[in-house]
Amino acid sequence: MSNNIDYQIPAPAEAINTDLEVRSLDTMCVNESQLKHPWWYNLKYSVVGAFFGLAFVKAEIVSWYRIQEMFRLESFHMYGVIGTAVVIGAISVFLIKKLRIKSIYGEEILFHPKKFNKGQIFGGLLFGLGWAMTGACPGPLFAQIGTGALAISVTLLSAIAGTWVYGYFREKLPH
Amino acid sequence: MELLSQPWPWWAAGIIIGLTVPALLVLGNKHFGISANLRHVCAACLPANIKFFQYDWKKEIWNFFFVGGILFGAVAATLWFQNPDAVQIHPQLAADLNEHGITKIEGLVPEDLFSWKSLFTLRGFILMVLGGFLVGFGTRYAGGCTSGHAIMGLSDLQVPSLIATISFMVGGFLMANLILPFILSL
Repeated sequence: MSNNIDYQIPAPAEAINTDLEVRSLDTMCVNESQLKHPWWYNLKYSVVGAFFGLAFVKAEIVSWYRIQEMFRLESFHMYGVIGTAVVIGAISVFLIKKLRIKSIYGEEILFHPKKFNKGQIFGGLLFGLGWAMTGACPGPLFAQIGTGALAISVTLLSAIAGTWVYGYFREKLPH
Repeated sequence: MELLSQPWPWWAAGIIIGLTVPALLVLGNKHFGISANLRHVCAACLPANIKFFQYDWKKEIWNFFFVGGILFGAVAATLWFQNPDAVQIHPQLAADLNEHGITKIEGLVPEDLFSWKSLFTLRGFILMVLGGFLVGFGTRYAGGCTSGHAIMGLSDLQVPSLIATISFMVGGFLMANLILPFILSL
């Protein structure tokens, strides 16, 4: 019999993962799912996106005219769309929290509280200006291109450039 | 089929968009938000040593699949469920646009303002390029867009999202009512 003491091999000092920290800066889209899946598992998100895109176009949410009517208080349409979506979304989130509904892979569904910063006001105002100019938020930009308005790809590229410039000046901007 | 081709009522679209929130959460713990894609493109293509873009964008690849779906849905709507009737817009909006020579009220965006030809006019350039820039800069500065803040954030009863949404609306009202008439007159 060996009388060697079983050493508990210390785990290597875990590399400090700053990745989540960086990704969660000013973004709502953070998930830390530990699951590793083949790429085609992502196609289910494309299916959700397709229904979403269909609704976007068919209800004319991506219409420049509807956005103008919204901001000119000439139509209830967009208020109805966003209002209904928030009510349905809020009921869903409430039920998910209340019933502790898990994802289809059995993971707990997590929510991340947002912290207030002045960016939500300054950035929000700037985005609002752009929204009324282009008649599109980021999602509708993709949908407008899909309807054949290919020139909108210039607007999309410009939006990507805007995001990049924000990233470049981020430290200097008031938050 | 004909029912699908008519413009859908607000409540139908609202229900589908609202259901996107639990669908993404239940399918994979994903939080609905589209503008983050613009950031992931920057991180993937031109991170340029900027800390804001130094992260593993591949972890967010599902979102590219999601917008790919949006693109496909829009193509499907146009190819197979095209509305055969003329676009209806508020008469006052039509009159105001007409005053600025925007007479072709078709499709989802006025061709007189958003087209390759218009890109090389001053007002077209301002609307398409500067407008797009403000969308990208503003959404990231605000930490989300209509989907991330107004839909997902409000659904989760987040006060910062309410503040952001109100700011979006204030900016939009200012532009549509006070600044846009000037841009259109250029």
